[in-house]
Amino acid sequence: MLGHSQIRLLALQAFLLAGLIACTSHPVGNPTTFEQLGGSPGIEAIVDDLLEIIVEDKRINLQFADADILRLRTQLIDQLCAESGGPCVYNGLSMGEAHAGRGITTAQFNALVEDLITVMTARKVPIRAQNRLLKRLAPMHREIVVP
Amino acid sequence: MTHSPTLPKRRLCHLILGASLAASNVAAAGDGRLLATGGATQFEGSAGGGLVPWAVLSGYGTGEQNGGTAFLTRVETGDYTLEVAGLAYTFGNRLELSYARQRLGLGELQRRLALPTERFDADVVGAKLRLRGDLVYTGGPQLSLGVQHKRQLDFAVPGAVGARDDRGTDFYLAASKLFLAAVDGRHLLVNATLRSTRANQAGLLGFGGDRRTGRSLVVESSAAVLLDPHVAVGVEYRQKPDNLGFAREDDWKSAFLAWFPNKHVAVVAAYVDLGSIATLERQRGAYLSVQASF
Repeated sequence: MLGHSQIRLLALQAFLLAGLIACTSHPVGNPTTFEQLGGSPGIEAIVDDLLEIIVEDKRINLQFADADILRLRTQLIDQLCAESGGPCVYNGLSMGEAHAGRGITTAQFNALVEDLITVMTARKVPIRAQNRLLKRLAPMHREIVVP
Repeated sequence: MTHSPTLPKRRLCHLILGASLAASNVAAAGDGRLLATGGATQFEGSAGGGLVPWAVLSGYGTGEQNGGTAFLTRVETGDYTLEVAGLAYTFGNRLELSYARQRLGLGELQRRLALPTERFDADVVGAKLRLRGDLVYTGGPQLSLGVQHKRQLDFAVPGAVGARDDRGTDFYLAASKLFLAAVDGRHLLVNATLRSTRANQAGLLGFGGDRRTGRSLVVESSAAVLLDPHVAVGVEYRQKPDNLGFAREDDWKSAFLAWFPNKHVAVVAAYVDLGSIATLERQRGAYLSVQASF
């Protein structure tokens, strides 16, 4: 049989567990992924940082050697904004069309993912928002990487 | 011998240049997969968690790359210690070959039964073929077929207590999938492995027994949450056959914390519950594994 002190201990544990769950789950009206990326200015900064890293990244920079960087910048911003639930529409080519014939490998796709994570982490984007964005971008792998 | 060594020399240079170009194209440093997606190395030498082989292949190589791992693992359960060292190498994220040497320190059992040996050694040679799918990017799970050929190297005692063979081969089918942002915005890894085996205590006590000689089909499973790109917490469960009459054999369980500081190193710390082993009950304790990837 449970003694009084054991019941108190159990109640305390239940209380602490409930508190832990409340802290780790989402409060009502929590910010969207778009907001957690810093809204439009945040996404613009992320894309600017990302383009800087890509230029230096020997694993992938050759794939961008002939790119129109300003156009790429606009399209990346629109795309990240749209995918994160922001008020933008991506009007560019489909991912399949945009990358056709480039022979992009999974290693190169992942290199860009890693660069994006590096930038978001440096900009203190919460891990949940990073992951939710990655979840939206991951399906592009099957259009961009030719098996 | 003064005249012109130029031609063969130049040819040699071309050959070396060509080989290194080929090596850098075909087998570039195997680091194309995302951090942690190579998993750790389980105690039989295959890429996986701690107890269970997963569908992922060792190292970080993608389809165009080769790469592998080396690992050291130590388990202490109070009465026993298990030390394992091994190597694995993966070709083009398609075929993994592995080798592990296991050493079970008998400790308390040797004292209690006055055994002539203080340890059981075993070898495991493994191969794993990725059949289809990708852990991260395909709709379905990554699916791999594996084989672990094991040899128990100190068979006198296991043979005396009813084990039939000093060697045996396990076959397994593993399915692994990473669900992105699935648990409160964290990535969730789920693995299920179906194994056909005759092994007693994973082969450390030989294969087949007086109670059951043939193969058993067992289920092994893992679930882990990536708290961030570098840290995962998870649990594993490994069902086991119960072939020997002299002692009960239990299923194995673990709870682990894995740290991937970069693509070269991984450290896994775990609490394992290995149940009853050769009549000694409640074998629980610490598991530590260090993996280098290249």
